[in-house]
Amino acid sequence: MDVPVPVLTMRGIGKQFPGVKALDGVDLRLLPGEVHALMGENGAGKSTLIKVLTGVHPADAGTIELAGAPVAFGSPLEAQQAGISTVYQEVNLCTNLSVAENILLGREPRRWGRIDWKRMRARAGELLSRLELSLDVSAPLSTYSLAIQQMVAIARAIDVDARVLILDEPTSSLDADEVLQLFRVMRRLKEEGIAILFVSHFLDQVYEISDRMTILRNGRLVGEFMTERLPQVELVAKMIGQELAALERLHGEAKVFDRPLIEARGLGRAGAIEPFSLTVHEGEVVGLAGLLGSGRTEIARLLFGADHAGTGEITVSGSPASLRTPRAAMTHKIAFCSENRKEDGLIPDLTVRENIILALQATRGWTRPVPREQQDELVGRYIKALKISPPNPEHLVRNLSGGNQQKVVLARWLILEPRLLILDEPTRGIDVGAKTEIQRLVAELSDGGVAVLFISAELEEVLRLSHKVEVLRDRRLVAELPNDEALTSDVLMETIASGGRAE
Amino acid sequence: MRRLLWPVVVLVLLLALNVFFSPGFFSIQVRDGHLYGSLIDILRFGAPLILVSLGMTLVIATGGIDLSVGSVVAISGALACLQISQGASLFTAVALALGLSLVLGAWNGFLVAGIGIQPIIATLILMVAGRGLAQLITDGQIITVNSPAYKVIGGGYWLTVPFGILIVLAVLAVTAFLTRRLALGMLIESVGGNAEASRLAGIRARGIIIMVYAFAALCAGVAGLMISSNVSSADGNNAGLWIELDAILAVVIGGTALSGGRFSLGGTVLGALIIQTLTTTIYSIGVPPETTLLFKALVVTAVCLIQSPSFRAKALRRRGRAAVPGPASEEKVRVSL
Repeated sequence: MDVPVPVLTMRGIGKQFPGVKALDGVDLRLLPGEVHALMGENGAGKSTLIKVLTGVHPADAGTIELAGAPVAFGSPLEAQQAGISTVYQEVNLCTNLSVAENILLGREPRRWGRIDWKRMRARAGELLSRLELSLDVSAPLSTYSLAIQQMVAIARAIDVDARVLILDEPTSSLDADEVLQLFRVMRRLKEEGIAILFVSHFLDQVYEISDRMTILRNGRLVGEFMTERLPQVELVAKMIGQELAALERLHGEAKVFDRPLIEARGLGRAGAIEPFSLTVHEGEVVGLAGLLGSGRTEIARLLFGADHAGTGEITVSGSPASLRTPRAAMTHKIAFCSENRKEDGLIPDLTVRENIILALQATRGWTRPVPREQQDELVGRYIKALKISPPNPEHLVRNLSGGNQQKVVLARWLILEPRLLILDEPTRGIDVGAKTEIQRLVAELSDGGVAVLFISAELEEVLRLSHKVEVLRDRRLVAELPNDEALTSDVLMETIASGGRAE
Repeated sequence: MRRLLWPVVVLVLLLALNVFFSPGFFSIQVRDGHLYGSLIDILRFGAPLILVSLGMTLVIATGGIDLSVGSVVAISGALACLQISQGASLFTAVALALGLSLVLGAWNGFLVAGIGIQPIIATLILMVAGRGLAQLITDGQIITVNSPAYKVIGGGYWLTVPFGILIVLAVLAVTAFLTRRLALGMLIESVGGNAEASRLAGIRARGIIIMVYAFAALCAGVAGLMISSNVSSADGNNAGLWIELDAILAVVIGGTALSGGRFSLGGTVLGALIIQTLTTTIYSIGVPPETTLLFKALVVTAVCLIQSPSFRAKALRRRGRAAVPGPASEEKVRVSL
């Protein structure tokens, strides 16, 4: 079988953001008539690569060739005119306009300077029939489901003689039937010779639709593989990065956990996480392992009342509890450090002191301020204990480094003396020193009887800290594994990859 | 305190400009046991604006805005004058007017925090409907009252000091106590700075937002009493007209960002004084009063543009990279004034 000429070749792409090397020497080639999956964990550089390709960011290094000719796009519009179209995760359409208007927005067929509605509807109908869809093109887009809207976005993308179609997480908000419909369309476009770059966190979908994949990790190229020749477990290992260093477990002797603190039964939320059951005992560290988007954060948010559960019930210390709001969870001494400390954690304009006492003040209400001496004492103690730097409580928290900001959020919850501390990616994006400090803290808390739900993309870290590990995949809790000698990161990866089937 | 520097400079410049046109501008005398002078007048006539601006500061700090304060001024004055003209006691009249103001403010807060309507739309409802309500109360007429006791609120003196100034000082002290001695200020700044993070920290934003709108309306209610008392009449149509614009401007000049978060009560007082001085200045240097609104509109425009990060970036790019954002933008405010 002779190898077809790539329609797009990217070589040695490098991209530097202030303080971060987002891409370093990444190659990518797309063949006509294939679905190419771009794989990697969060922060691996997938979206940066797409943005460089479509002209959102200029590349610092490397070359891009489209059909053999070197190109450098200054804007997504230029890329689109050259035949590279992108459909983003969030549907970027105007739901108040009609289907036809959405498909041809900005390229309306005109006659005498006026929009030729008849031709417009005909053209939109033609494009949709290429996708084997027949819709009422004059109906508002909002009357159709999300999946159809996605198809309309694709129809819009292929109107401009697309040679390359980029689908960035197109399936994340679709249900199973809708995904099948999308895949039918993708296969049809593939037959027409269009190269499709497909980004998804759902491994099953990647294996179902893609022919070939490129894997990135930490901004670097891991390699290009034929999908059928790469077993899922190897893919996961390549995405996460296998460090076979000896695992040092922070918990020496096996403890017996017999006092359940939180029990969730059949807890679930449509579109976020399928119903799961989970018991966390006092003093127990429970690790949540799984790829990004597998439902880790969703479990945490349900247990903290940040989202409403659709089904199921929770008991705290044996009695039923309603965790409808964060405040309700806080009265049960549950604390939650969210994954996204910038958006969901810090108040950037307030000082370190104010950020630390915020949750304590919230529980007291505005009429009973925390006395200043107590504030200074608490804040001083935690600045020292967590080594927050600079150790100035009146510093604006926005000016702190990521690791120190993370410690500020941790301190906010620690002063409440929680019984269950939920940590969602507490060590992401922070330096090694701060990381080990946070890990040590988790171990200390657990020894002191605090239960910890620990979420991390780094399997090593989960294994180091947890007494038991819950494995998630595709928004389902697929396995609960006791963390004994038999459990290694290989076993964990195997479980993630197989979805618990290989038990 | 550095962020109050520019408002202070602007105020001093405006006052200095007045001295240039009327040399006796700074003199303060005691006549008939009352303080007299241009500076006292600025404080006295600026009192309602300062009050409304204080309430507006807290609303803006939560990331909201209240367009209805002008209407509340009219309603409060109208209800108080109606009561007094019907023979009610001063206490009853004042209590009813302020009570109604609180209810109206709580309504605004309910629309914003309870139902989730955008603040500008939610308060626009009362801004428009409130004028109608005020006219309903006055039956479309201008109610005049002849009550010496009521006259004291806006036009009287106590210990040589105009009573309105004392009210402002009292409200300022209460506001400062609630926000800075108690924890209300920090929770307001937290909600305005990052609403989602505040929710996840367990702050009940709904209650705080309703309270803040109620407080803004209460301040407007007091201002309404002052204005109607000063002229001994209630005009549902014109009392407090456009005061919301002045108040928003005062808050912004005082260094509180329209996007919410950190607020400065001292800055707001300065901002309100700047606007009142600007009005006085326009009179004293003989500019026709019709143009005052135009002036203020220009200043609001300039301030809003400077608030916009993208505009700042554009303006700076044109000037080259040497310019420092902070001083450059504030320079513009001064030029527009």
